[in-house]
Formats: sequence, C-alpha cells, structure tokens
Amino acid sequence: MGFEDLLLGFHVAITPYNLMVAVLGIALGTVIGVLPGLGGANGVAILLPLTFTMPPTSAIILLTSIYWGALFGGAITSVLFNIPGEPWSVATTFDGYPLARQGQGGQALTAAFTSSCVGAFFSIVLITFFAPVLAEIALKFGPPEFFAIQLLTFSSFVGLGGGNPLKSVVSILVGFILAAVGLDIVTGQLRMTFGSTELMKGFDFIVAVIGLFGIGEILLTVEEGLRFQGAQTGMKLRVVLDTWKILPRYWRTFVRGSFIGFWMGFKPGGATPASFMSYAFAKRFSRHPERFGKGELEGIVAPETAAHAAGVAAMLPMITLGIPGSPTAAVMLGGLIIWGLQPGPMLFKENPEFVWGLIASMYTGNIIGVVMVLAFVPFFAAILRIPFAILTPVIVVVCAVGAYAVHSAMIDIWYMLLFGVVGYVFKKLDYPLAPLVLALVLGDLAENALRQSLIMSQGSLAIFFTRPIAAAITAVAIFFFVLPVVTPWWRSRRGGAPAPRSV
Amino acid sequence: MKAADLTTAVVLFLLGSVVLVDALRLGIGWGTDGPKSGFFPFWLAVVMMAACVVIATQAVRGATGAAFVTREQAAPVLKVLAPAVALVVAMQFVGLYVASALYIALYMRWIGRHPWWQVVTLAVGIPLVTFIIFERWFLVPMPKGPLETWLGF
Repeated sequence: MGFEDLLLGFHVAITPYNLMVAVLGIALGTVIGVLPGLGGANGVAILLPLTFTMPPTSAIILLTSIYWGALFGGAITSVLFNIPGEPWSVATTFDGYPLARQGQGGQALTAAFTSSCVGAFFSIVLITFFAPVLAEIALKFGPPEFFAIQLLTFSSFVGLGGGNPLKSVVSILVGFILAAVGLDIVTGQLRMTFGSTELMKGFDFIVAVIGLFGIGEILLTVEEGLRFQGAQTGMKLRVVLDTWKILPRYWRTFVRGSFIGFWMGFKPGGATPASFMSYAFAKRFSRHPERFGKGELEGIVAPETAAHAAGVAAMLPMITLGIPGSPTAAVMLGGLIIWGLQPGPMLFKENPEFVWGLIASMYTGNIIGVVMVLAFVPFFAAILRIPFAILTPVIVVVCAVGAYAVHSAMIDIWYMLLFGVVGYVFKKLDYPLAPLVLALVLGDLAENALRQSLIMSQGSLAIFFTRPIAAAITAVAIFFFVLPVVTPWWRSRRGGAPAPRSV
Repeated sequence: MKAADLTTAVVLFLLGSVVLVDALRLGIGWGTDGPKSGFFPFWLAVVMMAACVVIATQAVRGATGAAFVTREQAAPVLKVLAPAVALVVAMQFVGLYVASALYIALYMRWIGRHPWWQVVTLAVGIPLVTFIIFERWFLVPMPKGPLETWLGF
C-alpha cells in the first residue's frame, strides 16, 4: 500500500471528464433509486451497454456513481413515501417516515444522507488499506482456494440469509444450471441446448438482472396497488445545518453502524442484515428505546450508516478476488470483463490506474453525491408524483432497450419477460433472487475452479481440506451451510422457546 | 400459497430432472483430462431435486391459507404483463422505436386516460430521446423496422 497509489487514483478521478461522469452517474442513479422497479442492480445493467465505448476507468466511475446514487435514492423513498427502494432501506422507514409525517422530513433526510456518507467513507478508508493487502494474499491462491471462497460466498446466503434455507439453495442451483447452459469451454461439448441454436448462446446474467429485478419488481409493485402517500418536504439550508449540529451526539451509533456494515458487507447479501442489526443495537443501547419507531433520529442514523458501509464493502471482494459481494457488484464485474480487464488480484499489478482511480472515485463520488441529493431532494421526490400509467410503460421500454443492447439479440427481450415472471413468482414464494444472480455470474468460474482442483488432486475432494487456506475457508463455509440445521436443534436442546427469526 | 409453492417445487424438480438426463448423456465421471462435461450439472441437478422434494413436503404440511394472488391483485398484474408481451411481439415487425411509441400511447390512454396532448408528446418524445442517446451518441443499434428503413437509417 502506498500513499502515491491513492494520489495516482485521485489524479485519474479528478479530471474534469471523470468528475462530469460522476455527477451524471449520481443524478441518474438517484432517479433510478427513486423509481419503482428500477434499483441499483438493474439500473447499472441497463446502462452497461452505454459504457462499451468509454475508457474503462470512466466507465467504472459511471457505474459506481449510479450505484451510490441509487443508494441515496432508496433513502428518499423510504423517508418520504414509506417505500423502501431496496431491502436494506426497510429499517430506515421505521423512523424516517414518522419523522417526515411530523414535518421533519428535511431533518430525516439530512440525517440519512449524512449517515450514508459517513458509513461509506469508513468502508472506503478500510478498502484503501486492505484491498492491496488482500490482493497480495489472493495472488497466491490456486483453484482450491478460489473454489472455497465461492463456497463461502454461497454458504453465507444459506446460513445468514434468513427465510427458508432450502429455497436459497434452490435459487443458487437454478443460477448455476442456467450458467452451465451452452458451450462447455473445457471440453467443447454443448450442454443442455437440446439442439436449439438460441440456447447455445446461454443465458446472460445482465438480461436476468433486468428481468428479475426490473420487470418482476414492477409486477409486484402494481399488485400492491400504487397509491403513494408522500410527505411533503422543503429542504432548507438551515434545517441541514441544524441537523448537522445534532448528529455528532450519535457518534457511537455511527461507529457501531460502520463496523457492523463493513463486517457484514464484504460477505454477500450483507447489507440488509447489517442495517437491521445496527438498528437493533442502537435501540438496545439507547437511553430512550421507547422512542424508536416513532420518529427517532438515531433510528435513521443506525441503519443508513450500516447499509452504506456494507454497500461499499461489497466492492472489496470484487476488486481483490474477482468475486462480487452483491448483484450490483456482479454486474460491474461483468462490465470489467467486457471492457477487457481481468477481474481479480492481478488488477492491482496490471491496471493500477484503473483500481486506484476507482477507489479514489469512491471518495469523490460520495462527497458529490451528498451535496447533490441534499440540493435536489424536491426534484427527486417529484419523480414519484409522475402518474403510474406513464412510469410503467417507460420503465418497461427502458428495460427492453437495456436487455437488447447487451448482445443485440431479440431473444434476450423474451428472456427478460420470462425472468420477469420468474422474479415475480420467486419473490412471492420467498425464493431469494440475489443468490440466483450471483450463481449465474460465477457459474463458469466456480465450475472451472472445481474442475482444476479435482485435476490437481486426481479427483479427490480432500484437496479442499489439506491446503491450509482452502481448509479454513471451506470449514467456515460448511459451518454456514449447516447453521440452519443446527440452530433449531440447539435451541430445542436448551429448552428455550424458538426465538423469532431475527429479521 | 400452498398450491403455488407446490407447483413451483414440482416445476423446478422437473427442470432438475431434464438437467440430470442431459448430464448423464454427457457423462458424469472422469474423462481423459479431468471431470467430464456432465459432472458439475449432475450434482447440481441431484441436490436441486432433493431440495425440491423437501420444499414440496414442507408445502403440503404447512398449510397457509393465504391465496397466491387475489382476483384484485391479478388484474393489474395482467394489465402490465399482457401489453408488455404485445410490445415484444410488435418489436419483431415494426422495430423497437415504433413499437415503444404505440405501447406508451396505448398504455397511457387505456390505463391512465391521460389527455391526448400528453399521450402524443410522450409517445413520440421518449422513443426519440432513446434513439438519439443509443443510436447517435453511444452507437448501440436497436431493432428497426420499415419506418426507420423508409427514413434512411
């Protein structure tokens, strides 16, 4: 880790062109985050084709800025409309919406944005120091270690995801199976194509993301009946400054939320549990726990800090190991491959200006983001007042454009619709979608890592237990896989009543 | 909810069995240079089928009375889905831009009952903006139909 590296990064990130790209990305991202049916993952997926002609560093800055913007946008809808744009903004609605109803919307939003920025900053600083170290270690990894990490990635969905662990398993497997469709690059054989030339191309995860999260989400939204009851807000500079005077009081909550967020965040699916955990801790340690849920500012600070710390931390495994921690990071990883970069530890050696430009842009992007959302909240909130009969067709058209643009293939638009219906059904039946997407992205990588490991060991699975690093990671993965089985048994043994599922 | 849960589990089980059959065709054992093509899909299919059986049993046992969709919920969902399918069908013949214009116009008029001036402005404006951004600025081509050919694109 060298300070010069970061300086080099700022040198890249602060060029006028890249700053403009960041501003554009944050504006687009916030709009995407506010709109129902468009979130970080599919917003990034739809706009990915637009980056094909850009320099890779500017392209990743655009995509990450969209991501930051979408995170901020989610806070706006949670506080003003009681609609969590993303699962990790659910906890923000608990106290955000009551505050907005009491006419304190400006205060609530200022707290939310500031906490997001603090949480994100904490994670970025940690990434700055840890990413090069982790990449250095990862350079020594062989196929068994990489497969063990994949195993850990998916085991954390099963063990920590909540809900029915079997449904998480099925989601993962559906993703892997879809990833296996098409040409097997190792043996050159066609798999599961059944003589169809369309199936030979396989399923692109970007199309899946647009369908599952875009179309599927729209179907869910209309089902719930679209009646937005928005609280009005006027964002005045005085409100912002007054809130900033109060916020330092909650420094403990900031620190706790940041740590929880970072710790949970670099494991997949971590942002949502992190936000709830941080909220629960803040409530437990508060001197006025009874105020939570009725409009307590600390109840916004806690989940927002953790969610953004986790959202940023999800980038750490992506840039160091080439394994994304969230669907959005997965789409960015897909972008890296399309731009001709090899994700993983070699990035730090071969494309330092890309990696450090990206890290530096996280600093600049979050500062620009906070200023922009604070300044334009009324504008972004107005988007939700656009009548539904206009929003729906426009979002569907935008999704179709994004799906087609990936490969210029008509069949992809049909797949998008199909994935939309699958997403709707899965969501209603509590099959988690994020593991499906990650499995679809990582399918080939995971399979190749497994095959190469088995070739190294002449077909013995013992290789995952005899190499020290692989063994340690595999052990943790197995622990997570059996956690849902062990927990109920352990509880009944201790004779306690089954605890409610920690949401 | 129970019926839907069961149906989904059965459909996924069948999907698993299709994968299983194909994996067996490809060979699941050890080839000349490592595991054969069917090795990984085979184990995916086996675990998935097993998981589906358990999910189906859980669904049969745990009887939740709630309906998957009520009639009131199904109507708006179909009102979004059916025009979307029509949009994709239309795209094959008239291209993305014309199909989108028709789709936005019909949807705004039929579902939203917006005044004609709004309908025309947005139905023409949005595909036009898309055209400029994708075809002109970023050089990403979209499916085109007779109208675009006639206009010389």
